[in-house]
This record gives sequence, C-alpha cells and structure tokens, in this order.
Amino acid sequence: MLAYLVRRLLYAIPILIGVNLITFALFFVVNTPDDMARMQLGVKRVTPDAIVQWKAERGYDKPLFVNSAASGLSTVTDTIFFEKSARMFVGDFGRAEDGRDIAREIATRMGPSLAIALPTFVLGLFVAVVSALALAFFRATPLDVWGVVLCVAAMSVSGLFYIIGGQFLFAKLFRLVPISGYADGLDAWRFLVLPVLIGVVSGIGGSTRWYRTIFLEEVGKDYVRTARAKGLGEHAVFFRHILRNALIPILTGVVVVIPTLFMGSLLTESFFGIPGLGSYTIDAIGAQDFAVVRSMVFIGSLLYIVGLILTDISYTLVDPRIRFS
Amino acid sequence: MKDWQFVMLWSDLLVWLLVAAAVGIAVLIVRTPPLLAAWRRVGANRLGMAAATVLLAFAAVGLLDSLHYRPALDGQPGEPLRYSVEVLSALDALAVRLRTQQEKSYSAPFATHAFARETVDVPGVGSVREFPRLKHGGAHLADPRLAPADIALTAGRATLFAVLAWLAVAAAVAARQGGWRQVWQGRTPFAWNAVLAALGGLLLVLVPMFALAGDYHVFGTDKVGQDVLYQILKSVRTALIIGLVTTLVMLPLAVLLGIVAGYFRGWVDDLIQYVYTVLNSIPGVLLIAAAILMMQVLIDTHPQWFATAAERADLRLLALCLILGVTSWTGLCRLLRGETLKLRELEYIQAAQAFGVSSGRIILRHILPNLMHIVIISLVMDFSGLVLAEAVLSYVGIGVDPTTNSFGTMIDNARMELGREPVVWWSLTAAFAAMFLLVLAANLFADAVRDAFDPRAA
Repeated sequence: MLAYLVRRLLYAIPILIGVNLITFALFFVVNTPDDMARMQLGVKRVTPDAIVQWKAERGYDKPLFVNSAASGLSTVTDTIFFEKSARMFVGDFGRAEDGRDIAREIATRMGPSLAIALPTFVLGLFVAVVSALALAFFRATPLDVWGVVLCVAAMSVSGLFYIIGGQFLFAKLFRLVPISGYADGLDAWRFLVLPVLIGVVSGIGGSTRWYRTIFLEEVGKDYVRTARAKGLGEHAVFFRHILRNALIPILTGVVVVIPTLFMGSLLTESFFGIPGLGSYTIDAIGAQDFAVVRSMVFIGSLLYIVGLILTDISYTLVDPRIRFS
Repeated sequence: MKDWQFVMLWSDLLVWLLVAAAVGIAVLIVRTPPLLAAWRRVGANRLGMAAATVLLAFAAVGLLDSLHYRPALDGQPGEPLRYSVEVLSALDALAVRLRTQQEKSYSAPFATHAFARETVDVPGVGSVREFPRLKHGGAHLADPRLAPADIALTAGRATLFAVLAWLAVAAAVAARQGGWRQVWQGRTPFAWNAVLAALGGLLLVLVPMFALAGDYHVFGTDKVGQDVLYQILKSVRTALIIGLVTTLVMLPLAVLLGIVAGYFRGWVDDLIQYVYTVLNSIPGVLLIAAAILMMQVLIDTHPQWFATAAERADLRLLALCLILGVTSWTGLCRLLRGETLKLRELEYIQAAQAFGVSSGRIILRHILPNLMHIVIISLVMDFSGLVLAEAVLSYVGIGVDPTTNSFGTMIDNARMELGREPVVWWSLTAAFAAMFLLVLAANLFADAVRDAFDPRAA
C-alpha cells in the first residue's frame, strides 16, 4: 500500500512538469514578451522604450531558457523559464499587473471560494443521490420516465440561464437576498444562499441521470436476485444492499473534484461578486493578466492531480482486489 | 456584370466538407447491414426522430448561412467594379428585411413605438416627451392601434397556410406508407408520426413568425436597434460549427491515439496516457483562456493576414474549435483505449495475429469497426455540451469574436438588461429559448442514438 502510494506520488511529478512546460510554451514561446507588452500597454503608448521598461519591470527581459551572459549556475536560473515557471513549484507566483503578490491573493481568496463550492458540492451530491434513488426505486413507472425527461430538459438549459434567471427572480423581483456581495464570518450566509441553491439546481439534471444508471446497473446484479430469493422485502434490498453498493462508484467518482473545489466557480462568483478565486481568474482573463492566469493554471492542475491520487486511494480503500494486486 | 463576389470562408469550407462526409457516411451505412440495422432502430425512436426534425431545421438555417458573398458597391459606370468589405450570406439575402430594418434602440416584441421616451418636436405645441413611432416596426399601419388586429390577421392567414402545407406533406407520407391509420398509430418502421408531429409544431410556430417578421420585430430589438430574431438566426451557424467542427478536430486525435495506446501497450501506451493526463489536469477553461489570449495577440499583431473583419472573426471561431477539440479529446481517447485493451485479448484478434496479419490491418479491419458505436455515441453526446460551453466561454470573453453572432455574445451583450427599469427581457429570453430548443433536440437525439447503438444502456 505504501509503495503504491509513493509510486503514485512520484508519477505526479512528471505530469506537473508537463503542465508547466505546456503553459510556458503557450505564454512565452508562441508569443514573445514583446507581443504581450504591446497588448498590455495599448496601441497609444507603445514605444520601444516603453516595451523595454515594461519587460524589465516584470523580469521578461531575460533569455527564455539559457542565459549565456551569466556565469555558473545562473546561466540556468537567471532566465524567464526559471524565474516565472520553475519557481511556481515552491509557491512563488510573482506579482500581478496591479503589483499585488499572487500567492497572498490566492491564500485570502480561497476561503470565499470554498464557502460556496463546498456546500454546493455536498448538497448537490445529496440531492442528486436521493432523486436518483427515487427514480431507480420507481423504475419503469411513469414517475421514472417523466423524471428522466425532466433531467434531460434540466441538462439542456444553459448554466447562465440558471444564474441570470435565479438572480433576477429571487434577488431583484422577490428581494429575498442581496443581489451580490460578500461578508466575512457568519453574516456571509445571506450572500451564499442563492449561489449555492443555483449551483445545486444547475447540476442536478446531469448527475441525477448519471447516478440513476449506476443504480439500475446495480439492480440487475446477481446478489440482488439472491437477496430477493431469500425473501428480503423491497425496502431492505434497496436500502441495505443496492444503495450501499451503488454508493461506491458514485463516491469514488466524485473524489477527483474535491480538491478542485478550492478553485471556486468562475461564473457564480463573478455574477454574485464573491471575492474568490473564480472571480479572480475571470478578472485576470478580462484584464489579460498573464501572470495570474499562469498561476491559476498551475494551481488548478496541482489540485486535479491531488484529486487523481485521492481517487486511487479511495479505490484501494473500498476494493480489496486493487489493494492486494 | 456580376454584382456579387463569392467568398469561401474557412469555416464554410469545413461545413461543406462535413456535409460531404455526412453523405459519404450515409452511403457507407446503407451498404453495411449491421450499421443500417442500428440506424433503423434510431429511426424507430419517436422522441429521437422528432428531435432530428427540429435539428434538421436548425441545420438548414446554418447551411444557408454558410454560403457567403460580397455585394458589389454602387460605383460610377466605367469605374472598376469594387466589392463591399461586408461579407453577407444567403441567409442575409433571404432575410434582408430583418437585417436592414434597424431601429434606434430597444423596442419590445411586436411594438409599434420605441421602448424609451424621446423629446420630439410637435409643430405648434413645442417639444414633447413621448414614445416615438418605430421606423419599421408596424410602420405600414396608419394607426398603430390597429396593430393587434393586423398581427392577428397576418398570423391567422399564415397559420392557415401552415396547416395546408402540413396536410400536403402528411398526405404524401400517408400515401406512401399505406394510409393514415398506419402512420398515425405508429405502425411504420420509421417513426413517421413523430416526424409529422414535430414538423406540424415547427410549421405552426415558424410560418406565422416569419410572416410577421417583415413588418414587426417579433422578438423585439436590442440596444443598437437590431432585430433579435435576425441575431438568433445568425447564431445558429456559430453553434453548429462549434458543435461539429470541434468533433472533427477531436476525432482523429482520440481514435488514433486511443487505439494505438490500447493495441500496442508498453511505452507507447505510457506516453499517450502521460499526454492525456497532462492535458486533462489543466483546467479546461483556463487552457482555453490561455490559448485564446495568445491567439488574440497573434491576430492583433498580424492585421495584414485578413482582408475583411469577417475573415478575422472566422479564424478566431476556428481557433476556438481547435482549442476545444484539443481539450476535449482525452475522454473519448481513454474510452477507446480501454475498449481496445479488451478487444485485443479476444480470440478472433489473436487468430488474426497468428495468421500473420499486419497490425495496421488488424486495427483497421477488426478493431476500428468494433469501436464505431462508442465513437458515434460520444460524438452526438458531445454536441450539446459544446453548444452550451460556447455560451459560457463567449460570456467570459474567451469565446468567439465579439462581432460574431452567437448565443454567447447575445447573452453577453444583454447581461445588464434585466437590471434596467423597466426590464428588457426579450433579448435574453429569445437567446436562452433558442439555445434550449437546440440543445434539448440534440440531447434527445443523442439518447436515441445511444439506445440504438449501445445494447448495455438501460
């Protein structure tokens, strides 16, 4: 088990390096820092001096990979690649266009992001599992058929509609909650209710349908027939056997997204003015702040890889066949 | 004298290539009995066929909008002929009144007066604040109070026409399929009753709508006074291109790499798995954002590449498809790899190997045909997701060019309208409704295809 874990962790390193190289190639090789400088400065203020100064302020005036002007170790370290990309591995993300430290910004914005993403995730999972269970319990009845049709219809609605419509209905028309904003501490709940609710509703169609097929797959298995054959009632079969066994693929399937909850939701946060990482990313994309986008790509990948490792661990925990192979 | 110049945008080329490919695949299907049997099962699915009818209507709009031309400019006789920088399509030519009848600003659906008050000089009275008459909406009426009656009359006539047209089609179908009763009770092998029902619904809505669209703004106008119905029609092509061209990018990558990884295993498998894990671990939106930002820099620094603004917007649309394809091939690739791993252990493949059949031949003749159901299912399933993704990406500002009509740009432009007093609801409602119809039809069709091709699915 321990050897397996170590192997998985070691496997994460080349993947992170790969991510790092791809983002580096995207941001620096496809376009030169000169192009970026021109874009940031705008058409009016572009002069050769301004470009040189812009690059020097941000450390983009160094060579990409090998600094032949420097000596010793600094031929490799005094380069854009080392300064901008390799240093991310130790948590140094540099500064944003407005001069703020990105690492610090990320640390303070994780809280509000989690405050929305975590309740949305837990509540959404619970509601979807319960409704999928209900559909599977009443399988092949009109309730099931119309439930699935409703799920497909819910999946076909744009996520933007849930947000825009929900905000209009509950915040503007009924004035139940504030339209947008955020408060620290316990006061935050007034601002969180609507985004969490919308998040749950917008995800429910797809996940309910998906979990329903998992339940139905389980219903057809041999142990279920055995349970019925020994005279167990439908309730006991369903809640004691099917539910427990179907929860294994469902729960191991969602483990991968748990770490990425830190990243927050791009749309929800920017619509509701929540100062989390999602809105930070959106703002950075809007302002074409390459340093921030690069950092978020790195963190997002890191969290996804953590999620993959957690998934593997959860599989070994629930399935002894994997543990001992 | 030719008064227009044919323009083939890159995306048009791809669209027509797709049409050609679809025809080719259809011929292949007709010649391959197992495939034909599966598609017959799709054809028997009522919900699926009703959805397919709606999808065909969308496709017709998209195809009309993929024939582009540049109209000639009016010049003095003797001058060399010059063409407008504006690129129009066959759809624009058909819907010329929708395109050109611009108002000043917002107007509600079927309105005859503007949405906001303006100061108007009335002779003898002085300046008065009032809602001015629209330039085009209901402008043919001397008295705007007659508008409801006029609308009802036109709509009634159009409905009558729609009913007659539908009856003609239904009669033709019934004559060929052995009578009304056969068709109506669903005893035909192809779900003709569903197709006719969907067609009836479409005709009843669309014919009156287009009959009224010339004299009124059926869905109102937006902030700059453009007809919302026109924008919806133009958005269809963008949605279809995003949904279809992306799969064109994704398919070769996923199929080739997936099969190669599963068949050869070893270091090839490790390498391919490494590549897709890396790509998968980068958050999709951020990868798209990074790539689009870089693309924008590239486009901005090379203005000499593009003759017209339409070409520039078109290239960005294709770049978006390319990037979406690169970020979305991993899921299908993993599925195909897993399935190939299972297939290669089966006896018939091992027998082929023992006979000394080359690997390339085994993959082409024995593995690929047995993976086609997965490919087809995932293609139709991905379509709706891509259409929805386009709206989100354009809203975030990393989607299509802001000058391209798309559901995303429509929603983006209308983002503040619900906050106004009084509320401007029609632009958003129309965009969401059209998108919902397209995606719902695609989802229902995808379900029908999955049920027909995947024997395991419930």
